[in-house]
Amino acid sequence: MSLEYDVTRRGTTAAIALRGRIDRDAGDHLDAAYAAAHGIDPQVVELDFSAVDYINSTGIALIVGLLARARAQKVGVRATGLTPHYQHIFEITRLSDFIEIVQPVGN
Amino acid sequence: MTDMLEARSEPEAGATPHGSPAGAAQPESAPAPAAPARRTRGEKRADARGRKAARRAESAPQARAEVIDIDVEPHDPLLIFLQTAPGPLEIDALPTYSPAVARMKEQGVQMVVPLVTSGELVGILALGPRLSERTYSRGDKRLLDSLARYAAPALRLGQLMREQEKEARDRERIEQELHVAQLIQQQFLPAELPELGGWHVSAFYRPARTVGGDFYDIIELADGRVMVVTGDVTDKGVPAALVMASTYALLRSTADVVTSPGEVLRRVNELLIPQIPMNMFVTCLVLVIDLPTGRTQYANAGHNLPYLRRAGAVTQLEARGMPLGLMPGSEYDEHETVIEPGDIVLLYSDGITEQHDVHGEMFGFGRTRDLVAAATSGDELVDRSVEALGIFQAGVEQEDDITLVTLHRGRSGGYQDSVSFTVASEPGNEREVMDRVAAIAGDALPPDRLAALKTAVSETAMNAIEHGNRGDASLDVSVLVRRSAESITVEVGDYGRGRQREADIPDLDLKLAGLQTPRGWGLFLIEHLADRIEEFSDGDRHVVRLTMRTEEPEIETEGEER
Repeated sequence: MSLEYDVTRRGTTAAIALRGRIDRDAGDHLDAAYAAAHGIDPQVVELDFSAVDYINSTGIALIVGLLARARAQKVGVRATGLTPHYQHIFEITRLSDFIEIVQPVGN
Repeated sequence: MTDMLEARSEPEAGATPHGSPAGAAQPESAPAPAAPARRTRGEKRADARGRKAARRAESAPQARAEVIDIDVEPHDPLLIFLQTAPGPLEIDALPTYSPAVARMKEQGVQMVVPLVTSGELVGILALGPRLSERTYSRGDKRLLDSLARYAAPALRLGQLMREQEKEARDRERIEQELHVAQLIQQQFLPAELPELGGWHVSAFYRPARTVGGDFYDIIELADGRVMVVTGDVTDKGVPAALVMASTYALLRSTADVVTSPGEVLRRVNELLIPQIPMNMFVTCLVLVIDLPTGRTQYANAGHNLPYLRRAGAVTQLEARGMPLGLMPGSEYDEHETVIEPGDIVLLYSDGITEQHDVHGEMFGFGRTRDLVAAATSGDELVDRSVEALGIFQAGVEQEDDITLVTLHRGRSGGYQDSVSFTVASEPGNEREVMDRVAAIAGDALPPDRLAALKTAVSETAMNAIEHGNRGDASLDVSVLVRRSAESITVEVGDYGRGRQREADIPDLDLKLAGLQTPRGWGLFLIEHLADRIEEFSDGDRHVVRLTMRTEEPEIETEGEER
């Protein structure tokens, strides 16, 4: 399995802790993770990338799809735990215009 | 343009002429219809007219359909005469000194109708005798005059359309020929710049028109040295391209025989003089480099003096001589220098220095020198020169062909490591490529640049697997990693035709609005993360070469000199 996840509730935030790779094999898992998070009826979904070691262009496309769905459902999206490299990719792709990038809790 | 419309005709007196068009059969009279039991007075009158017409047709001579075929010479006085003619004219009213009139009389023309529109004679309607053997009546002439007034503009329109179609066909043919010429010319330029142990060669070539007169060549000599040639034929476009092709061939064949730069130029000059058109000549610079030592002999036939950047200081390699193709017996002095590790040499044509901006100012040697002073690598010098020139000449078209060639001698004197391997075209193998490249390049790059290279390599390998080799696991993806003190290069080869271009430039707003697919980021990432991307063919393989400098390019340079 390329991607695993845990969803936890933190107030009005649904935190999705992702582990593994976000590539062509991650689509179903990312969909399931978002569905589980949305079931909590959050105002914000927070994606924790601390344990993600690989995101490729297909993974970026999956994140774009997740963002589009969240925006349609008026749910905010936040990202945490991105390495400087993936933070740079979020910036050049302009994902950072729509996804708030924050430092992991405790940093 | 004047068209000749000809027909023998038999107009009905006072009615529409129904002359038979050339080649058309004269209609036969229909028998009178059987009379119905009760008919109106009008029907009876019409019936009577029909019977009368039928009798007349039976009594008329047999219809003859003939073509009147007369060429009117462009200077025939008839044309000027008809330009101002009042309308249809009997043949006897036309000037007898016109050769066309004489030929018309020979062919039995009786009536000539000029077709004039907007004061221009666009055609002539030539009519033979009426089949009824009657003369043309005033009514006939009025009718023909009226017909000419309607027909002339329509004819002119048709002529214009025909002219435009012909021009479009001619243009298309010329464009196709130029395109073929461009492809042929591209064969002359090195398709792939050789990897010269410890040296890196970069080049840029952009003709002002479809084809150009600039050229460059890199010839590996039998003794292991390398001959680098740049040249510029006066003029541009097709004439320059033809002379360029000839000079290129002479240089190549001469380099097989002699390797001394001065002697190469001397011989090529002698061979070129009988071939080259008057008022054309070729400037040319030849360098012969011993790669391990950097020892370089060079000679110059009127070409721009190359720039040499060494430790932030910029000098020119001085050498002068008569351009090729001008004067028999020209001799070319040979000079020698040593290109040291870290040195960058720029060879360039006057297309860059003599380009003007919108205010009429030339790009000049000062700006070119500044670019050399600021360069940290040959690749970067080419990229920044092209970018600077593009900004400088904004709003002005490129005046001349542009060629840039850089030679950068690495500090280390060669690649320290070179590793090649292959992977099968199976999904996921792009990660294996990425990890193996990272293992080779790992300690040469700072973490952020290594991460950028990893993603660029992974995306390039994924393109090779999915698009180049179409996921066919029996086809391998080749990977060659080279590591020097200055850069890491990664070449990824597949059996496809080229990089898979995404249909659209990825736009996140459009993607979020559902107006663009969420995918399509691969090439975008490669282009934004690698320092340089090149594509070339290697046998039956298509290769993408990614280059990552080991150090971030410096913005400020030391020891800049003007």
